Amino acid sequence: MLQAILDHYNYWIAILLMMIGLYTVVARGNLVKKLVGLNIFQTSVFLLYITMGKVTGGTAPILDDRFTVYSNPLPHVLILTAIVVGVATTALGLALVVRIRESYGTIEEDELDLLDGET
Amino acid sequence: MAANLIPHLPALQVIIPLVAAPLCLLAGRTGFAWVIAFIASVAATITAAALAYLTYHDGTISYHMGGWAPPWGIEYVVDTANAFILLLVSSIATMVLIYSPASVAKEIRPGRGHLYYCMYILCLTGLLGIAITGDAFNVFVFLEVSSLSSYALIAMGGQRKALTAAFQYLVMGTIGATFFLIGVGLLYMMTGTLNMADLAKRIPEIQDSRPVLAAFAFITVGLALKAALFPLHLWLPNAYAYAPSGVSAFMAATATKVSLYVLLRFTFTIFGAEFAFGNLPLSWVLLVPAVIAMFAGSFSAMFQRDIKRMLAYSSVAQIGYITLAISLGTNAGVMAALVHIFNHGLMKAALFCAMGCIFYRIGSTRIDQMAGLGRQMPWTFAAIVAGGLSLLGVPLTAGFISKWYLVQAAMQSGLWILVVLIAVSSMLALVYVWRLVEALYFKEPNPGRETVAEAPMSMLVPTLLLAGANIYFGIDTRVPVAMAENAANLLMQGLGQ
Repeated sequence: MLQAILDHYNYWIAILLMMIGLYTVVARGNLVKKLVGLNIFQTSVFLLYITMGKVTGGTAPILDDRFTVYSNPLPHVLILTAIVVGVATTALGLALVVRIRESYGTIEEDELDLLDGET
Repeated sequence: MAANLIPHLPALQVIIPLVAAPLCLLAGRTGFAWVIAFIASVAATITAAALAYLTYHDGTISYHMGGWAPPWGIEYVVDTANAFILLLVSSIATMVLIYSPASVAKEIRPGRGHLYYCMYILCLTGLLGIAITGDAFNVFVFLEVSSLSSYALIAMGGQRKALTAAFQYLVMGTIGATFFLIGVGLLYMMTGTLNMADLAKRIPEIQDSRPVLAAFAFITVGLALKAALFPLHLWLPNAYAYAPSGVSAFMAATATKVSLYVLLRFTFTIFGAEFAFGNLPLSWVLLVPAVIAMFAGSFSAMFQRDIKRMLAYSSVAQIGYITLAISLGTNAGVMAALVHIFNHGLMKAALFCAMGCIFYRIGSTRIDQMAGLGRQMPWTFAAIVAGGLSLLGVPLTAGFISKWYLVQAAMQSGLWILVVLIAVSSMLALVYVWRLVEALYFKEPNPGRETVAEAPMSMLVPTLLLAGANIYFGIDTRVPVAMAENAANLLMQGLGQ
């Protein structure tokens, strides 16, 4: 059992972070905390991608005769794109939080629901 | 010149609006930005029409982005199925753009108009990109392009509730897109490819492995979230209700439809109908929420006081019909789904545009404010009646054609109970459409409200054209039905065959 966890520790960490992130998004009422949770959730997926590109004993993918075994660079490139998307999402989310704070005077979800009359 | 461009049409489909977006931003002035957006949108519509014509007559087009051959490079694949979606999305975008200037002047803060058009055309880029690409990761990128711009567009709505609605959509939309990303990652892990045709070839060998099963689950749930399938629809009512009128009309007609198209593409082309419906219980997983959506959406719609919110709940119900058709897993079901994707786009675009006309005049879309308005705004009222009848599925409207194929598909699968459920839930639509018509036409105007004139021509004409399309495609069904039939056959066959 322990061996099974240790052999795939990268996946376990990714899943753990994923659950922490998702839980934070659902359970926290503060909009900034929700965004933090969303970030953790997204980052765990980035980790999942990055670790799957690793080849045991491989180096960085450098074009040179001395290196024959190297990690798969494609997941890294994909995740570079996904990181940009994640940054854009966070920036837009935070901008919305600022505007919400300006017009409601609060960023707590329960107080917002009260002000919107949606309890 | 034109002949040289034809091989590059698939790239132009996305690049023209993509380039137009920053140009709108640089234009700096609302009117100028509108001209750029309009030219790009018309160009996209012409491109889509040309692609639809070419694919219908000559078969699937494969375009290698940057000259890199697939599976290494990104491939754009156009067949009848996505040409149909491209045509729907770009033509609705053009119609709503004609409608936009007057409504933007009324609803968007002065000096922000060019930003509105920038986001609008970027959203169009994203939706077209999702539909045209043949690369699984590329779908994610375009999904986020369209989502991020639509969060910004919704937040531009006049009331402060638009901000909380946009935030809620941002959180749920990001979770949906990330679920999709996890699924694509798992597929890449197992197959080593992201090209859809390649995936379709390699998945059958390993289809019982757990990562592939997990990938299928993640992708289906992620897309169901983006498509607002019950019970993952919670973001939709507020987002559509508080967005600016033009955005509601455009998004209600296209955004969820494109996600449903991706669901069709992944289910039928990549995983294969046998895997999804034979080995896995996708049929039940989609059927049960779809039926609940049909009823819960319509019931919630009946009790809404804000008509944009009512229409949004009605969309939840209509998405239920489309998903119901998909869940049958048959050729007839896929065809019914595609026909309804098209027809529902027409209905909701017409109805949300008409609501925008009313909002333009009275500054509200609440039903108690609308009493007697139908006699003061007869043309807008006519558009609402046409859209409403189509929503009900009355013969000689586009909605009837949808229901016809839907019922036929259900009967073909021997599921008579579904025929009954479809009929009963259509009756529920009668209740909320009648409520609207009654308020507009049969109630006396509120004392104290000034008599209003008809909406400006620039808003009225596209609204009436969209409403007219509901009647036209209810009588002359050749184009959508032929395209949907062809597309359904292609989707059932699988890609690259």
